[in-house]
Amino acid sequence: MQNHAAMTNPPPLLAIETLEQSFGGVMALAGISFQTSANRIQAIIGPNGAGKTTLFNVLCGFYQPAAGSLRFNGQELRGLPPHRIAALGIARTFQNLQLFFNMTVLENVMVGCHLRAKTGLLAAALRLSSVRHEEQQLREWASEALELCGLSGQSERLAGALPYGLMKRVEMARALAAKPQLLLLDEPAAGLNDTETMALRDLIMRIRASGVTVLLVEHHMPLVMSVSDRLLVLDYGSVLAEGTPAEIQADPRVIAAYLGGAVQYAV
Amino acid sequence: MRLTGFFIFAASVVLLPVLFPDNYFVTVVGIAAGLHVILAVGLNLLMGYAGQISLGHAAFFGMGAYASAILTTRFSWPSLLAMLAGLWVAGTIAWLLARPILRLRGHYLAMATLGFGIIIHVILVQAAHWTGGPDGLGEIPPLNLLGWTVDGDQQWYGVIAAAMLLSIWLSLNIVDSRIGRALRAVRGSEFAAQMMGIDATRAKTQIFVVSALFAACAGSLFAHQQAFVSPDSFSLMISVELVTMVVLGGMASTFGAACGAIALTLLHEGLVVFEDYEMLIHGALLMAVMIFLPQGLFAGVSQGVRRGWALIASRQRHKG
Repeated sequence: MQNHAAMTNPPPLLAIETLEQSFGGVMALAGISFQTSANRIQAIIGPNGAGKTTLFNVLCGFYQPAAGSLRFNGQELRGLPPHRIAALGIARTFQNLQLFFNMTVLENVMVGCHLRAKTGLLAAALRLSSVRHEEQQLREWASEALELCGLSGQSERLAGALPYGLMKRVEMARALAAKPQLLLLDEPAAGLNDTETMALRDLIMRIRASGVTVLLVEHHMPLVMSVSDRLLVLDYGSVLAEGTPAEIQADPRVIAAYLGGAVQYAV
Repeated sequence: MRLTGFFIFAASVVLLPVLFPDNYFVTVVGIAAGLHVILAVGLNLLMGYAGQISLGHAAFFGMGAYASAILTTRFSWPSLLAMLAGLWVAGTIAWLLARPILRLRGHYLAMATLGFGIIIHVILVQAAHWTGGPDGLGEIPPLNLLGWTVDGDQQWYGVIAAAMLLSIWLSLNIVDSRIGRALRAVRGSEFAAQMMGIDATRAKTQIFVVSALFAACAGSLFAHQQAFVSPDSFSLMISVELVTMVVLGGMASTFGAACGAIALTLLHEGLVVFEDYEMLIHGALLMAVMIFLPQGLFAGVSQGVRRGWALIASRQRHKG
């Protein structure tokens, strides 16, 4: 496993400082700080309720944090609505599927390309020739994302009619179609069998190889340990540890709080 | 082909008056049905695709009608200019209304649009100095399109049919575009849509304005065609009827909304002979459609036809 900490530090893609978020007196995030540099697979692990999904939702602008700062490429994200944050180059998938079930697979992924197209209401209503060209372009981009996620044959099916495993991949394709710099994956392996998980592992590697930085929230430890460059361990809304998979597996605090003393994971 | 259905529909609209000239059901009922189609297709963009209900759509219909009526009779504006003014008023009010109102969801949105519809209706009745009050405004001059004065049922049929086909074409284009997909995405999952970079508030506002413009355009045509307007044509009942047309025909389908509008217009005409029992039969039929064809007339009937066809085909094979 490579150790990025040993290399010279590039400027962080994402820098989070003393981030706080509470829900009615419960501290979901109690002052989290961490950084991720570009082209990394950064996993975030921790027991249920540790604040992983809350962190994602704050990052996406779905919740406004009580305190702290989130900088992406040096720009402050705090206070921006989700669609503006998406426009800066952040895309995500959801733990509980958020597909557009009433649309086809291709249309779902074409929505992912929304920001890469410009057609406005008037041009769309009159179906100008520029619109027809753009539609063709969007179709191609969407097909590329579908192919990357192994969904080529499914494009005309209704998203709501797909089996669960494929739905998860459509979410991934939709997020990738946005050409993000940073991709947030919220429990992508949940509900997948071993073969599907292995395919997911390859897909995440390919995504990183294409220049996308990945933040991965996941409970499937063999996947996390084999795919991640670095891990962030959350517990009760605070950072318990941060480091390479090997460091995290050897950290007594992490073992006590989360991994469990007797369990060893192959890397 | 993307527009196959459109061309078939357009062809039948053109053929009807050729096959049945001077038929009451074509030139009189047909005109009413055409106006209803414009209204329903516009409302369907909002209800079927953006997932927002409006129980006050007759208000925008009324704004277009009264703008044309008042400006042409009291200020002698040319009819086309008056129509544009009506579109501008309805569009602006829809836009101003959209932000506070579209923040509401479900029942609250329905209540707010309902209230808006009632307020506009009250204004039409009370501002008698301008609107003529409950007696309405008469002697509206005929529609003049760049020198051509529309006159007679046949010509009106042509104008309304052209406007109706235009509204259907625009609606089909919007739905099958980046804008339409964004709207459907907002309806499917607003959070996910926002994460794809869609400004949900903006998308909903835009389509609210578009559907108001469709209604105002129908209103202007209605005022000139009838040469008379009164508040009765823009009451709460009309708003409810428009919603019924969209639901009856099948939400989230342009042709569904058009079918619903035509079906309900014909139903009214057909039930007139039952006099006192009209509403009773009307209600029973609506209930039957909703129970047996929950996806609406259009989807239900076309599915039925497809199934029937498959059944016949399989029997044929069996025999052979």
